[in-house]
Amino acid sequence: MKDAFINRKYVIIALIVLASLGLIIRLFIIQVVKDSYRLSADNNVLRYVTQYPARGLIYDRNGKLIVFNQAAYDLMVVPAQTSKLDTTEFCNLLEISRDFLMERMKSAINYSRRAPSVFLKQISDATYARFQEKMFTYPGFYVQPRTLRKYSKPVASHVLGYVSEVDDGIVRKNIYYKPGDYIGKSGIEEAYEKELRGERGVKIFMVDVFSRVKGSYADGDKDTLAVQGLDIFSAIDLDLQAYGELLMNNKRGSIVAIEPKTGEVLTLVSSPDYDPGLLVGRVRSDNFAKLLADTLEPLYNRALMASYPPGSTFKPINGLIALQEQVISPSTMFGCNNGYLFVSCHSHQSPLNLEGAIMNSCNSYFCQAYRRVLENPKYLSVSSAYEKWKGYLNEFGFGNKLGTDFVNELSGFIPAGSYYDKYYGKSKWKALTIISMAIGQGEVGTTPLQMANMTAAIANRGYFYTPHIVKSIGADHTIDKRFTVKHLINIDSANFEEIILGMEAAVNGGTATVAALKDIIVCGKTGTAQNPHGKDHSVFIAFAPKDDPKIAIMVVVENAGFGATYAAPIASLMIEKYLKGETTNKDQEQSMLNLNLIQQ
Amino acid sequence: MKRSINIWTGIDKISIVLFLLMIVMGWFNIYAAVYNEERSGLLDLSQRYGKQFIWIIASLILAVFVVIIDNRFYFFFSWFIYGALMLLLILVLIFGNEINGAKSWFEFGGLTLQPSEFAKFGTALALAGYLNTKRQNMTRLKVIIPASAIIILPALLTALQPDMGSSIVYFALFMVLFREGMSPYIFVSGLLMVILFFLTLLINNLYLTFALIAIAFLLVWFAIRKWKLWFIGAGIFIFIAVTMYMLDRYAFKSIGNELVIFISLILSGVAYAYYIYSKKAAAVLIIYLFLIGSILFVNSVDYTFNNILKPHQRERVNIMLGFKSDPHGTGYNVNQSIISIGSGGLTGKGYLQGTQTKFKFVPAQSTDFIFCTVGEEWGFTGSLVVISMYLFLLLRLIFLAERQRSVFSRVYGYSVVSILFTHFFINIGMVIGIVPVIGIPLPFFSYGGSSLWGFTILLFIFLRLDASRTEYLV
Repeated sequence: MKDAFINRKYVIIALIVLASLGLIIRLFIIQVVKDSYRLSADNNVLRYVTQYPARGLIYDRNGKLIVFNQAAYDLMVVPAQTSKLDTTEFCNLLEISRDFLMERMKSAINYSRRAPSVFLKQISDATYARFQEKMFTYPGFYVQPRTLRKYSKPVASHVLGYVSEVDDGIVRKNIYYKPGDYIGKSGIEEAYEKELRGERGVKIFMVDVFSRVKGSYADGDKDTLAVQGLDIFSAIDLDLQAYGELLMNNKRGSIVAIEPKTGEVLTLVSSPDYDPGLLVGRVRSDNFAKLLADTLEPLYNRALMASYPPGSTFKPINGLIALQEQVISPSTMFGCNNGYLFVSCHSHQSPLNLEGAIMNSCNSYFCQAYRRVLENPKYLSVSSAYEKWKGYLNEFGFGNKLGTDFVNELSGFIPAGSYYDKYYGKSKWKALTIISMAIGQGEVGTTPLQMANMTAAIANRGYFYTPHIVKSIGADHTIDKRFTVKHLINIDSANFEEIILGMEAAVNGGTATVAALKDIIVCGKTGTAQNPHGKDHSVFIAFAPKDDPKIAIMVVVENAGFGATYAAPIASLMIEKYLKGETTNKDQEQSMLNLNLIQQ
Repeated sequence: MKRSINIWTGIDKISIVLFLLMIVMGWFNIYAAVYNEERSGLLDLSQRYGKQFIWIIASLILAVFVVIIDNRFYFFFSWFIYGALMLLLILVLIFGNEINGAKSWFEFGGLTLQPSEFAKFGTALALAGYLNTKRQNMTRLKVIIPASAIIILPALLTALQPDMGSSIVYFALFMVLFREGMSPYIFVSGLLMVILFFLTLLINNLYLTFALIAIAFLLVWFAIRKWKLWFIGAGIFIFIAVTMYMLDRYAFKSIGNELVIFISLILSGVAYAYYIYSKKAAAVLIIYLFLIGSILFVNSVDYTFNNILKPHQRERVNIMLGFKSDPHGTGYNVNQSIISIGSGGLTGKGYLQGTQTKFKFVPAQSTDFIFCTVGEEWGFTGSLVVISMYLFLLLRLIFLAERQRSVFSRVYGYSVVSILFTHFFINIGMVIGIVPVIGIPLPFFSYGGSSLWGFTILLFIFLRLDASRTEYLV
């Protein structure tokens, strides 16, 4: 029988072939052309768990542990993986309110549905233990171990700084940081953040559709281990630091002590300060707000950021410059009739040579010497002589940032000639106009760190190393090269000897006899800095021993009066404590400890 | 003895090889889909691959039985087999076990059987038997209607379970009717129905009705090309429609706009009938009937969609049409299956290395979504191989069907082709997101005894018929 419809088989064959071709084209598109599905599959199955490195430890110069870590647990949430949860049980487990739960979930979803965000920070060990047992019933939640800082002594807050959670600004600027990460915010923690933080690692797990971990991805080949942060060996002498803080208790001011031969900062006290443990963990933000609101400004690091007039502690440096400029010689005598022109002076023997002038802190002497520096016929004008003088000061590290490892040091202030030009008119100012600079008053502003550095340079007879708070980094004990560069000052060391004689005399029978120590020759200079904030600041610089200086120190006690009354005894106690390990003048120690200048 | 040698030499080895390859590949993919490191024993009977192994052995035994039986048995008992299977489809509605909301299963001890998987070959046999007796009369309505009834009966019974997926497959048998001479108009109508179906879901029913009427009048003008007559015709309809509308508005108040239009069309039809009868205007009649049919269809689809379909089925259609996009909701399956297949790339992730597969991101992966495993672990290469195998098998079966001497064998052969093709296209199309989620298995690949046995019997009856194609059935 003839089949009239035999050609219809071609229609059917065409239909089947075209349909198969359609499937193949679609498969080609999704399997070969588009990459996005591979990514989606990875997103489905791969769970990246960040391995947080332990932050580096901080030791003092003698290897005593100052800062270490304690374990803490952050509860994380990945909103896309969560399922409907028993809110009552969940809230009870974590001791949170329903509103808190809702609010946290909302903010987590706002951040990202697929990426983890911190749900609850730093849960306690007990809560963690309780929650861990039930954790499997809450898909999408997991615990991220973190470390928190812990301090062996509640001291050195300004040196160490603190660690806090990164804010949005940092996350935007620096791709390393993710919300919830921690970052050093001041002191060593900030300056050595890169060394201390270590390197994050990541463990990649594969999870099934219920977010159950099914093993590690690619047998762990793609995992990276967290690299622990480097340990920091601070230059601080922990005992001396603690002692300094004790002495400065109930006073406003600062102590900076430097080892002259190396520039290592032995002690850096800014008082009032705070217990660094207050800025750790969940209590951090509350405590931070309280400290910020405190009118005594405990968060303010005076050692680096307060600009004080140096007062009479400026005289040694002015003497040095006059000697170097050869406008005076060690035997040059100036008379003093209870003052020079409008600058008054206390009564003492007159006339005096350089040594006697430093010993007795004679204002007249240094005003006349300063006038000779500025009116030096070698220079065409007062202002060019002034620039020369300013150049010496800059060499000592005044008027500029020293370049220490502290991030927030101030530069202090040494006015340029143009400053006076603007103020008085070009070449309308003379030596007498700015004569108060001779005795460390007037426009000059210096930080305690700069003054301590100057003292170290004097002790070294003409050089210094940039002060630094960190002795070495990591197991290899490396250090930034800038701290091994010797800064030479263009002043003959013989001139330093003359000044040092004066400073020795000041302690051994001059204005600073209170600072004298048995068996140790201390060289020092008192200062009484007039300031617009009230009573004079009591200032003292010193180094010891004279012939092999091991410590150069600067003490400022705000609004306390004469340098000899408070700053000098404190400096003396510090020197003895450092060099001998203990103090002998217990009366003086007791009276300094008992002294309370804040309640007045 | 002589006959069995005949069968062996006459049977199509290419099809058998393809069949064997598919079930073996299917088993390996099921193994991967349910793979579990703790229980990797190949014959662990608590696992699906272990069970599938038993189903495969059973299906091979079944195939041998099917081949051993005399070819005339299938011819003579075709109606009996069809009747028995229809009875099972009715019984399953009464005594069946409900799984996933459908009463599709008989349970005997631990074994569950799905009669709808077997009803397919029964229907194919009955269709072959019917068309064999009527020979080449497919142009006539009195042949088309009973033939359609044979197809629609199991489709209806399956739809009642409700198992829409299996139900739809029966409609593929219209392809056989087309091959045997059914008018392509019916095919065109089918296509029109598909288009109208989508439009119904997309557009307001009333607007669609107006549009259909407008198109019909336009077509009529092309058919008669007489302005005067055309205006009279249109005028009659508009007059009746306006009158009906007014009556509804002020007198009956409850007919509804759709019904007003429909009644108006029927009433106008009385007037048109005179013209059609006197002028023998067949074209106008066809347009009129198409219009009435379309409007009825549109309204019944609308009614079905909103009143009969279950919410999850409505969702599935909606997702497919792109009306809703909800990756974590109903579209989840398809989304994850596309991700699985798409992530396979050109060469795949390697056997047992598919992360989507291993970690169970795709639900029902060993059954309806088994192709995901192929796509993910074997990549585009694997997909191409599998699709090529199906294409080759289907073309081979068409070739075999065309060489049959009897209409019975040819119709049966085409039935096998259309059923396998529909399963193949809908299943793979579904997992790659070009066909709505219609839960039907991929022949020879998907896990499940009933479907494997159903397809084995379906295929091997044809291979048996083909093996003795030189003999006359009657």
